[in-house]
Amino acid sequence: MSTAIAELQESPAESRVNYLNATYGIKSWLLTLDHKRIGLLYLGSITLMFFVGGMAAVLMRLHLTEPQGALFEPETYNKLFSTHGIIMVFFFLVPSIPATLGNFLIPLMIGARDVAFPRLNLMSWYIFITGAALALYATLSGGVDTGWTFYPPYSAAFSHTNVVAVALGVFVAGFSSILTGLNFIVTIHKMRAPGMTWFRLPLFIWALYATSLIFVLGTPVIAITLFLLGMERILHVGIFDPAVGGDPLLFQHLFWFYSHPAVYIMILPGMGVVSELITAFSRKKIFGYAFVAFSSLSIAIISFIVWGHHMFVTGQSIYAGLVFSVLSFLVAIPSAVKVFNWTATLYKGSISYEAPMLYALGFIGLFTIGGLTGLFLAALATDVHLNGTYFIVAHFHYVMVGGAVMAYMGGLHFWWPKITGRLYPDMWARIAAAIIFIGFNLTFFPQFVLGYLGMPRRYAIYPSEFQVLNVMSSAGASILGIGYVIPLIYLIWSMRYGKPAPPNPWGAKGLEWTIPSPPPTENFETIPVVTEDAYNYASGAH
Amino acid sequence: MSELAHGAHPQGFAHQFEDMDQQRDAGRLGMWVFLVTEILFFGGMFTAYTIYRALHLPAFVQGSHQLIVKFGATNTAVLIFSSLTMALAIRSAQTGRKKGTIIFWLILTWLLGAAFIGIKLRFEWYRDYLEGLIPGVQWFYNGPHAPGVKMFMCFYFFMTGLHAIHMVVGLGILTVLVIMTARNKFSAEYYQPLEISGLYWHFVDIVWIFLFPLLYLIGGRY
Amino acid sequence: MMAFLQPGFELLATMGGNPFQPPSASTISSSVDQLYYLLSGITIFFTVLIFSIIFYFMIKYRRKTPNESGTETHTPMSLELTWTIIPSLICVVLFVWSSALYVRNGRPPASSTEIFVIGKQWMWHLQHPEGPREINELHVPVGVPVKLTMTSQDVIHDFYIPAFRVKKDVLPGRYSSIWFQPTETGTFHLFCAQYCGTNHSEMVGWVYVMSPTDYAAWLAGGEKTESMAQQGERLFSQFGCGSCHSGDAAGRGPSLAGIYGKPEKTQNGETKVVDEALIRQAILNPNSVHMPGYQEIMPTYAGQIDEEQILQLVAYVKSLGAEERINGK
Repeated sequence: MSTAIAELQESPAESRVNYLNATYGIKSWLLTLDHKRIGLLYLGSITLMFFVGGMAAVLMRLHLTEPQGALFEPETYNKLFSTHGIIMVFFFLVPSIPATLGNFLIPLMIGARDVAFPRLNLMSWYIFITGAALALYATLSGGVDTGWTFYPPYSAAFSHTNVVAVALGVFVAGFSSILTGLNFIVTIHKMRAPGMTWFRLPLFIWALYATSLIFVLGTPVIAITLFLLGMERILHVGIFDPAVGGDPLLFQHLFWFYSHPAVYIMILPGMGVVSELITAFSRKKIFGYAFVAFSSLSIAIISFIVWGHHMFVTGQSIYAGLVFSVLSFLVAIPSAVKVFNWTATLYKGSISYEAPMLYALGFIGLFTIGGLTGLFLAALATDVHLNGTYFIVAHFHYVMVGGAVMAYMGGLHFWWPKITGRLYPDMWARIAAAIIFIGFNLTFFPQFVLGYLGMPRRYAIYPSEFQVLNVMSSAGASILGIGYVIPLIYLIWSMRYGKPAPPNPWGAKGLEWTIPSPPPTENFETIPVVTEDAYNYASGAH
Repeated sequence: MSELAHGAHPQGFAHQFEDMDQQRDAGRLGMWVFLVTEILFFGGMFTAYTIYRALHLPAFVQGSHQLIVKFGATNTAVLIFSSLTMALAIRSAQTGRKKGTIIFWLILTWLLGAAFIGIKLRFEWYRDYLEGLIPGVQWFYNGPHAPGVKMFMCFYFFMTGLHAIHMVVGLGILTVLVIMTARNKFSAEYYQPLEISGLYWHFVDIVWIFLFPLLYLIGGRY
Repeated sequence: MMAFLQPGFELLATMGGNPFQPPSASTISSSVDQLYYLLSGITIFFTVLIFSIIFYFMIKYRRKTPNESGTETHTPMSLELTWTIIPSLICVVLFVWSSALYVRNGRPPASSTEIFVIGKQWMWHLQHPEGPREINELHVPVGVPVKLTMTSQDVIHDFYIPAFRVKKDVLPGRYSSIWFQPTETGTFHLFCAQYCGTNHSEMVGWVYVMSPTDYAAWLAGGEKTESMAQQGERLFSQFGCGSCHSGDAAGRGPSLAGIYGKPEKTQNGETKVVDEALIRQAILNPNSVHMPGYQEIMPTYAGQIDEEQILQLVAYVKSLGAEERINGK
């Protein structure tokens, strides 16, 4: 069968059967096996979790405008930062791009009708919302105050909060990750369309493949770790209690063995999105395709052997410190290679500045800063001073929010017409992107300074000399919050009132742009045969 | 790749795939990836166990001596035999035997698995309960190295408990397979669910083969 | 208005003028700062580089007509290698520099004064070997290296003095240590930097660095207290340790004279140096130490002796020279 990216006739979305209107009723959604609908189910759930976690952050930043704390008792503040971390890490960032955009796009991008195991896919969503419900229940019925890191002995024997309920929620949600990763690996290996060789795949697929490797290899370990912690709490047996021969540092090793690769679960899909956005909005091939593809794999592999850099001041041996330090420097290199390749892709491109591109460019800038500040922490001598301070908080928010969330927003905007069949108002989108960029930097840059000055993290009250920087950060946070609410409004608005979208509103390359917006349930009328590389803009008009 | 006409699809075909070959490949890869995740899952527990054993060897020897080797050894034999019967069930399907043969081997496997659980519950865990060797539930051991023995028994119950849960899931899978066989879902051309369930069953067996020496045979025996 | 600016002035006052770093008050502070400036320079350089190139390309290559495509460019391997190798070299330099600094900063000078720290929810207990105890405050003399030996009574804490650029986790069940040599007199923040529960942010205090004469006066002034070694000696007799550790060859327990710092071979052939950790282990879990030649009959004192008392006993054992004999009671 033919392959050239064909022009499809535009027809109004309402009159054409697509995956959104093919069947009606709540059962058709809750029992769907269509990867696209499942992606939307995830979109709804994680958006909810994002705003719950975001609410906690808003309250925290308001509280921190006063050195003695403006709003809460320390106990409440401790619950807020724990809730914020747990919800944002486990119930927003980890699933975000993979479960929403990944589920929706992987079959489309590789030319398949669905993922390998659609029933497993639906089950993964149910597992996810069960875990999320448990965690939300625990939050609302008293909260948890251990931090998202759950370190014993505090979490095992001293905290009086709902540790077991939250740990169970995270444990359950972990299986959603594992099964999603499994599904993606098998789908990408076995269901590519004819002619879609590995090196013709969009880089988004490479990124999600690398992410899925981490999903399946890392998540089981956090499950066991939380299981052991839960057992210690329930049975009152000292698994991590030094008084009976346990070791609290064993928990930390097991915890970080997953949680460090987990941060690459959060950033790799974002990098995949950025590769798609940069190429689409420069209308040329990615610079150094193979380098970017292999960087994703290298990052995934090396991410498993750097966890000790979270433990440099715990008293681990100097030799362990040296090994983890050099490996942590090593893992920075593939990320740097990607940043250079994305920048070089712009060279001699034909660049336009719709909102997705603004998010992508914002990602490159903020990820560069966030990633470079990671070097301060890979370096042993500076990490001693910076560990446990606001420098760490700033570093990870730069990569996770300035990086991953910006990429998520960019991807959401880019594929929104494909997903919903509607266009959103780009002017508002660009304004929101700018507000988010400004608000983000105002929130988190002062925190680098606070960290080097010595302000520890997780402090409900702080010395008054740190107030100016804290107030700056809180002011930024309110701007950032507004920036996130604006897209919520216009994206929802567009689902009903937005202009109908053509199959390829951006003039982009990729199999997903060859089918109608929104796509039909079976994705492709006939499975395409692929004969060209990804991002093949230069040949022919479009 | 050809499109399959409506109504002409092979037995057991799932429509997200292009053809049975792709489906078979995907199913196999999926089960192997799942088993890798299980290796990491048990692996986390094995790692914690190994570290504590290295730190507290005399206590772990003492703890291991609280277990009854003959039951562990019997269960090991039971499971190895059940892997054989499982393989024979798959072989029967592969060679196109009557469904009665397949069901016979599946039920035998099921019975062996149930025997494993039964021996564990009745002769090991119930006895541990009576003798006060279940940490956090019923504990009145006051021999030498008590804290370390308690740690050992924690890991004994966590590891064998996790394994037992996997066995019970396996029994559930076998039940479903028996029903599917009875309903003529399998043939010499299509027996993939049997095959991949076999992989799972063998994996659970292999985990036990590691657990048995690690838990029951520390420090030499009488 | 002034009330709002007040914290800003406080900020500057403690800065020594520089709003981006804490006071530089120990022998290692400036070398850590140097590395920090190098890292900041690299960060700023690459950030500005990437931002500028992006801005330049954004303007120069902006789309001019709606259907325009980019111009395909070739990906030279030399460019890929260059921007892989140069960052790698930078990382090598950073790794070597920071590791050398870290290893050097980790070794306390032999002449260090030892001070003992116990962290508990939510305060710091400190004791000088001469006896004086402090809570949430640490008085030290300027120009003298100080080694802190620390343990926790409950959860994991972290002892952090930003001005000295030192930090270490403080764990239950083991000792950890840091050292520093103050270079300026003054008052500096002490923070707990590992979340430890409700009042984690109140587990803070002050380090007072004084001139040597002021410090000697502070040490001598205040309530007359026994030294830690004297307190330890008292505990030694109170708990009847001397009945087995009598110091003569027929004693049921090994002589402790001069034992601190000596390597001892245990029953399974390992060689262990007798340090604070081993003494603590011997007091709390004696039958795990396996000293050859002695029956394992020492009772455990877990639950009877707290961490502070253990440190005092350690100080006492340390004070016993090789010639001592202990009068058992």
